[in-house]
This record gives sequence, structure tokens and C-alpha cells, in this order.
Amino acid sequence: MHDLALNQIIGYIIICGGIIFDFFGVLGLVRLPDVYNRLQAATKSVTFGSVGILLGVFIYSGFTATGFKAILCAIFILLTSPVSAHAIAKAAHKAGIKLTDETIIDLYQEDKELQK
Amino acid sequence: MKTERKSRIVVFFLSLLIWILITMVCSIPSLIAGIIIALITSIFAGEMLIITERKFHLKRVWYTIEYLVKFTWELIKANFHVAYIVIHPLLPIKPGIVKVKTKLKRDSALTMLANSITLTPGTLTVDIDVDNQILYVHWIDVKFTDIEQTTKDIGGRFEKLLEEIFE
Repeated sequence: MHDLALNQIIGYIIICGGIIFDFFGVLGLVRLPDVYNRLQAATKSVTFGSVGILLGVFIYSGFTATGFKAILCAIFILLTSPVSAHAIAKAAHKAGIKLTDETIIDLYQEDKELQK
Repeated sequence: MKTERKSRIVVFFLSLLIWILITMVCSIPSLIAGIIIALITSIFAGEMLIITERKFHLKRVWYTIEYLVKFTWELIKANFHVAYIVIHPLLPIKPGIVKVKTKLKRDSALTMLANSITLTPGTLTVDIDVDNQILYVHWIDVKFTDIEQTTKDIGGRFEKLLEEIFE
């Protein structure tokens, strides 16, 4: 058996948690019906999962070059992934991709038609 | 003019700090390369950082910490919500796009509000109407369609804190 320090054990646990949430995000990508619902699962779970993995790497390697790089990447992912989700959702709506049949309300479409 | 120059200086030192953190090499050539790159960055993108002419306030730091704690908690909740929906065999969703009214005016505050809404349980910002101050939000489990109730339920979680931090 390897001798692991406490911070390495905690790092491994957090990395495993991140991978589990990434898996839920991917499962949502397959199971949910339309592009907007899929984006919901993809953005939330994959952001949290990836930030978790990077945080685990930081705890594992401590205050080294790798650790700082992981923290910087986590901050960039946290700031940019919601923005890309807005862009994809807006573009999908503009391109006229229909919402799923289970949708009960679409006030965005109504407002767009009012403006015409 | 003055704020622009201040913004450039802040961008220069920020990018230099990030360069040093990423490379983690304290040799002279690497530092010179970092200074050149930070200069180029501050010349081309220096004025984009928003700096307001306000005095430093200790209260704002406290609000920022409160916001970060609340945001982290909501993010964790959102992930368990997604996991519950995805694992459930019947996929219990009731999606729709609703409108949320906001009081915020500054671009930075609106961006942070939209990002916060996207990373909180069940909601995803689709578009912003800046003139009417309306956010269009895709909600995976629509509870209300009335604009006042949605504003209270979705926007109310972060709006007050962001107003204190940015406005």
C-alpha cells in the first residue's frame, strides 16, 4: 500500500465527487428532452464537477505550480461556462428550435411576436 | 480618461500576477516576457475592466463574502436537484420560459445576476432585455408564471446583495 498524506486522501475524495457530478451532467445530456433542459444539466453539473476536480487537484498538490494553475482554471470555468450557456440558449431560440411538448409556457416567444 | 488609465494599470499588474502564478519560475527572462505580455494585454484590453469612482467600503467586502457563501450553497443545491431529476425514472420536469424583472442597471451587475441565476437550481438565463430590465429565464420546474412571483422567487435570492456590491 502507498502511504498517502491526509491532504492527498481529501484531494482524491473531492476528485471522485467531481467525477460523479460530471457523470450526472452527461446522463442529463442523454436523458432530458430538448436543448434548453439539456443545457441546464450540462451547465450546472459539469461546472460544479469540473471545479470540484480542479479543487481536488489543488488540495492534492498544495501550493505548487500545478495547484495554482488548477485554481486559476477553476475560476475561469466558473466565470465563463454560464456565459457560453446563455449564448447557446439564445442562439437556439433565435434559430427557431422548438421547446419540448411538455413545455407549459414560453413568454420569450410571445414577447418576440409582440415586437414584430 | 482618468479611470481608463487606472483600469489599464490594474489590468497590467493583474495579468503580471497571473503570469507569475502560472509559470512559477522566478528567472529574469521569464519575468521580462511576462512584463511584455502584460503590457500588450493592458494596451489592447485594458479599458474593459470596470472601475467605479467609489470609496472603499468595508461593508461591501462583507456583502461579497455573504454573496460567495450563498452562491456556493445554491450551486451545491442545484447539483443535487439536477442529479435527482436525472436519476428519477419518470423525469419530473415541467419546463417553460418565464420573465423576471430586475432593478439592476450596470452591465457588470446584470452579468453577475444572469450567471448566478444560471448556476442556481432549475433556472437558466436565456436573454436580457436591457431597456425594460427584464430577464428571460428558462425554468425546468415552473411554479409560477406571474412576473411578480417569479421575480421574488428567482431574482430575489441575489438581487439585494448584488445591488449592494455593484451599484
